[in-house]
Amino acid sequence: MADVLPTVAPRKSLLALERIPAPVWVLGLLLLAMPAFASNFVLFQIFGWSFILGMIALSLMVLAGYGGMVSLIQMTVAALAGYVVAILGTSGVTQISLGWPWWLYIPLAILIATVFGTLVGALGVRTEGIYTIMITLAIAAAFFYFTRQNYGIFNGYTGFNNVIPPAWFGVDWRQAVPFYYMTLACAVLSYLAVMWMSRTPFGLALQGVRDNPRRMAALGFSVTAHRIVAYTFASAIAAVGGILLVWQNAQVTPGTAGIPQVIDILVIAVVGGLKRPIGPFIGALIYAILSVFASDILHAIGMSGERFKLVVGLGFLAVVGFSPDGVLGLWDKYQARREANRDPLLGGGR
Amino acid sequence: MAQPRTAIVRTADRSAAERLGSVSTGNALELRGVTKLFGALAAISDVTISVRPGERRAVLGSNGAGKTTLFNCVTGDFLPTSGTIRLFGEDLTNFPAHERIRRGLRRTYQISLLFGGMTVADNVYLACLGVSRGRFSLLRPRPSDAIVARAHELIEAVHLTRARDTLVSALSYGQQRQLEIALALAGAPRFILFDEPAAGLSPTERSELVAILSGLPDHIGYIIIEHDMDVALRVAESVTMMHNGRVFKEGTPEEIENDAEVQELYLGGGHG
Repeated sequence: MADVLPTVAPRKSLLALERIPAPVWVLGLLLLAMPAFASNFVLFQIFGWSFILGMIALSLMVLAGYGGMVSLIQMTVAALAGYVVAILGTSGVTQISLGWPWWLYIPLAILIATVFGTLVGALGVRTEGIYTIMITLAIAAAFFYFTRQNYGIFNGYTGFNNVIPPAWFGVDWRQAVPFYYMTLACAVLSYLAVMWMSRTPFGLALQGVRDNPRRMAALGFSVTAHRIVAYTFASAIAAVGGILLVWQNAQVTPGTAGIPQVIDILVIAVVGGLKRPIGPFIGALIYAILSVFASDILHAIGMSGERFKLVVGLGFLAVVGFSPDGVLGLWDKYQARREANRDPLLGGGR
Repeated sequence: MAQPRTAIVRTADRSAAERLGSVSTGNALELRGVTKLFGALAAISDVTISVRPGERRAVLGSNGAGKTTLFNCVTGDFLPTSGTIRLFGEDLTNFPAHERIRRGLRRTYQISLLFGGMTVADNVYLACLGVSRGRFSLLRPRPSDAIVARAHELIEAVHLTRARDTLVSALSYGQQRQLEIALALAGAPRFILFDEPAAGLSPTERSELVAILSGLPDHIGYIIIEHDMDVALRVAESVTMMHNGRVFKEGTPEEIENDAEVQELYLGGGHG
């Protein structure tokens, strides 16, 4: 767990660039330069999608990793934000969409989805473990069936099509390169927000609630209130991810938050690792690559491409089989082994 | 006996505690007919205890006498089946645990319930944060923050300065007990429940514990559960004996020590 209490002089500036490790510089430059050498398909379908799914899975990581609460409602929160964008903004379903300006419907979409996530959290935090999973799954299933059967607001089975981002600065943000940078920026901001939160009094208290709720109550913390606020924080991130997801697909339907999609977010977060905020993005990248290329792999071995979930499932089993802490756990094991092999006197490998 | 180098409770905390206390009169802690049933088993039964402000009380009794259950009822870990609990005149019987803490009640645990993955400094910081207004803050703490300064003072007060940045899981058992006391002293404590603070301590650590408890400001009352009679009777002004979940005897340490029934029941027939 990160030390929160400052033992050194406070940072003079947020832009303490010299503190950033070299591998992060390399990764950052690589991501910025990606459009120079990656195809539009890779930018839009692999990376754009990974950043979006990573953000939604990141919201689960906040709850599970820092708060000890496994929630299956995050994809539903994201889908609700997408629905609000479609209903209040513009879409191909002109008889329902209200055509409000973006500066109104985007904040409202985030707000409504966050309030919804908070209310679900207020129900869920009164339970523990499997019961939290069941309650959130039940609400997610109810949302799916409700949107599928409600035609007055959610346009039933068909949902909304032609939901596209506003043309800020005259740019078509659904083009591969602008979309890539937009999702990258949102993903980085979400990541930084979570990193920041983890070292604040609220973040420390949330980790305390995860580790020992009884003791936290005995220190004067309202365990329930902290857990609910964690849902609020996580839901805001999921909501932004949901808006981007709707813009990427240009549509939102009940299937956006179907049960398989809800479970996929859990799979992504677990495969990547729940210990650190980077985990969900790693998991999302693996998921996106497997989902996109699985049908090709299956065709190559003579199987139907429709069974791509089989490949995703096998990938999931392979990762958690070797490391219950996901890919991050594998990395930690590798680092620990390297550390153990280091010569205590000379510092080199033995 | 060495006294703590730092004032354990600062003037500011004292005045905060007095402000909290100014609205109330009478006893610091008052239990009336408190009963806790687990199914058909009465862990405590019709317990009535009154502790004056600033009074130091030892609650003694054999294992299973109901001492820790009594603490759990007072702190809100368990809701009593019947009876009332008042802190400085305010009825806390149905308050959640965190609300009781915010009214100046503190406790330590028999088995350390600390945050093993955090440093000593972070543990004490959390305790100070729990009774402050910044619990939901999304601003990172700075060295100049009052809570940070207070956390450092408390660490010094319980003689853990050298271990400040050590992970709690790496502390000795005795150090963990000292840290428990630091957590109980955070904020503006008015009444503290110490659950076997000397259990497992070496003779030196026990002396240090007695020094810390004796050094508490006069306005802080406490109840101490302790099997070590030497420690309990040195730091307590009055004693409540419990047996089979009921209050069996009350009196001064001398009266209890010389009571024939107590000697028979708790100290063994051959004592004295």
